[in-house]
Amino acid sequence: MSQELYTQLAQAVIDGDEKVAMSLTKEALTRGLNPLEIIKEGLTSGMEVVGEKFSRGEYFLPHLVMAGNTMKASLTWLEPALKTSGMVRETLGTVVMGTVAGDIHEIGKSLVGTMLAANGFVVHDLGVDVPTSKFIETVRETGANLVGLSALLTTTMSVQRTVIEELTEAGLRDQVKVMVGGAPVSPQWAQQIGADGYAEDAAGAVTLARRLVGADG
Amino acid sequence: MQPKINLLDDVLVERIVAEGFELLQDPGVKIHSDEALSLLADAGADVDLRAKVARIPQPLVEKALATAPSGFALYDGEGNVAVRYEGDHVQFDPGSAAVNILDGETGQHRKPVTADYVRYAQLTETLPAYDAISTAFVCSDVAEEIGDLYRLYLSLLYSKKPVVTGAFRIDTLHVMKDLLVADAGSPEALAARPRAVFDVCPSPPLLWSELTCQNLIDCARYRIPAEIVSMPLAGSAAPVTLAGAVVQHTAECMSGVTIHQLANPGAPIVWGGAPAITDMRFGSTPMGAIETGMIDAAYAQVGKRLGMPTHAYLVASDSKLIDAQAGFESGMSALMGALAGINMISGAGMLDFLRAQSLEKLVVDAEIIAMVKRLLRGIEARDDSLGAALIRAVGHHGEFLGQKHTLTWFAQEQHIPSDVVDRNSLTTWQNAGSKTTVDRAHEQVKSLLATYQPRPLPDEVRRALRDIAERAARQFGMERLPPLPGDAD
Ligand code: B12
Repeated sequence: MSQELYTQLAQAVIDGDEKVAMSLTKEALTRGLNPLEIIKEGLTSGMEVVGEKFSRGEYFLPHLVMAGNTMKASLTWLEPALKTSGMVRETLGTVVMGTVAGDIHEIGKSLVGTMLAANGFVVHDLGVDVPTSKFIETVRETGANLVGLSALLTTTMSVQRTVIEELTEAGLRDQVKVMVGGAPVSPQWAQQIGADGYAEDAAGAVTLARRLVGADG
Repeated sequence: MQPKINLLDDVLVERIVAEGFELLQDPGVKIHSDEALSLLADAGADVDLRAKVARIPQPLVEKALATAPSGFALYDGEGNVAVRYEGDHVQFDPGSAAVNILDGETGQHRKPVTADYVRYAQLTETLPAYDAISTAFVCSDVAEEIGDLYRLYLSLLYSKKPVVTGAFRIDTLHVMKDLLVADAGSPEALAARPRAVFDVCPSPPLLWSELTCQNLIDCARYRIPAEIVSMPLAGSAAPVTLAGAVVQHTAECMSGVTIHQLANPGAPIVWGGAPAITDMRFGSTPMGAIETGMIDAAYAQVGKRLGMPTHAYLVASDSKLIDAQAGFESGMSALMGALAGINMISGAGMLDFLRAQSLEKLVVDAEIIAMVKRLLRGIEARDDSLGAALIRAVGHHGEFLGQKHTLTWFAQEQHIPSDVVDRNSLTTWQNAGSKTTVDRAHEQVKSLLATYQPRPLPDEVRRALRDIAERAARQFGMERLPPLPGDAD
């Protein structure tokens, strides 16, 4: 019985149908199903299908984003349930993502966030023009183990360095791996400012993040 | 007759304009500038200061569109009209603000430095296809805070062409204005004969950042022409439908024109943009996509309908090197922009989604532009008898090469390309080393640079420019600017 529900939930994620996914999630919870199992068998398995189809060129970004939003919407119901039952969702890691102060380029950063979320990371997207202190605060609050800094301007690249310095100052540098990206950013720059990695695009960001958290063995 | 294309029928144009007006009232425009918000509020817009949203009534926009000049000129360093933003005049300049240069020697994308910029400015000066120079890339060997103004400084030193530029900060725009005043001789001279136009980009959808909005207002106050570069990215930061993207462009430009005209009625302003579609596989924003060019041509039509001078970003490719893709994307988009009658088409030389500039590509694109300009001259009736009289006179076995008619007209009828375009026989081509377009372009970069004539700039102007740039550099912790070729030290 529950398997059927999971299959439907997975399908709702694949279809990017938030409404259906939410009602199925609620139903699963009222039936007393294990929230971790709902996530794993329903949401994640749906997301995996979408990810595969995307990498095969069958699905496109709108599919991916819609599926991601659907999963997120369901999680808003599941997370409180997890908390009350004292369970912890298994994820690859928690990422604090944002475009640095003075820079309002959004699309690349959001895409990276979406892809990371689709691949098993919890993503806190702080948006654009994010004050450096906000990165520090959020890392502290969430206990994140990854930070993603986007900068699209030659004038804002240096803020990536500032964030890294402030993380060190706040005593958080050892807790997190820092990834940087954006049009003017290069691997050399990443190295120069003491970041842990650079990726050129969203797919590369996923590979990088997996490597940094040791998910690839 | 100048050939022309229209992608929108009249009904669609009116619907787009109507939806533009509609959007300015609901949901309105988000503006991170208290000055702009208060200008709008004073003029009768419904402004929510906390949410920073202005709902702008249609009559206010119409008034701004009416006070905005339908045309203006840019002048070269010698005081001659060199660019006309007006009617269906079509002109070209290289793309702006690249972060990389494609090194012609190594084939690598790398950070550009001062020496690259000097070569770029000198090369552009020698290529008549470019009606204006743009501040094409940012030099990595100066403090990043002066990256924008330093480009303008070097452009003024090495080129007499008008400049298409833009500021990356609020404070540097004033320094850039000082450079232009020093170049013109006085603020009055600059106002009378503007030399440069400043790009200002609203943020899609319907938002003005503090930086760009302040740049817009400051340009208006100084009467330095401003160019609204609205970038609906269809499918990611704008509707995926091309008509929907044009609607968003219309509303953003209307809001910009309104703020600008309230700051200084009658100041020159351009209906421009750098839209792109979003590639749904990679999230990239291809400049070479045919739909990107379609959005440009369509919004230009809307701009013209509203009586505005126009601008677009075309002649750029997403390829990483100069190859067939770079050629066809740049060629097709140049043609599309030109046939749409866009006054200033920026983007030549660019690769990799506006990330990289290339001197070799500038040379190749100059060939495209020259051909496109030939197309725009159209087909004319040169003689009373178009051909019949001559053909009859030559007869069935005659040839035309020896006719006076041919000698009289060939150079006007035909554009003769440079050696970058190969029209030789196979053997001649092989004997010359079987060179590719890029090989030939690379050689031409060198030979053109050898012909470069320095701009005759009075010493005191040169010194004044240098003082301004050095003062700005010192302010940001740079004691000296990088040496320029020919500097004593
Ligand atoms: C769209 C755009 C804008 C839009 C942004 C809209 C939005 N809502 O995001 C608007 C109009 C607001 C804008 C404004 C400006 N822009 Co702009 N913009 C662009 C453009 C054309 C595309 C950026 C984009 O979205 N690309 C698509 C996404 C998917 O790619 P991406 O951002 O590179 O992200 C990918 C990778 O870089 C990587 N990545 C990105 N972030 C991260 C982070 C991590 C951790 C990792 C691992 C990877 C990663 O993965 C992403 C996904 O594949 C670029 C050109 C370019 N090619 O970058 C110019 C560009 C960046 N802009 C430029 C400029 C000059 C400006 C302005 C200063 C213009 C002006 N004078 O007004 C303003 C600055 C405003 C500000 N303070 O930020 C210049 C930068 C020049 C320079 N030397 O710094 C560029 C290069 C264009 C150019 N040549 O002129 N811009």
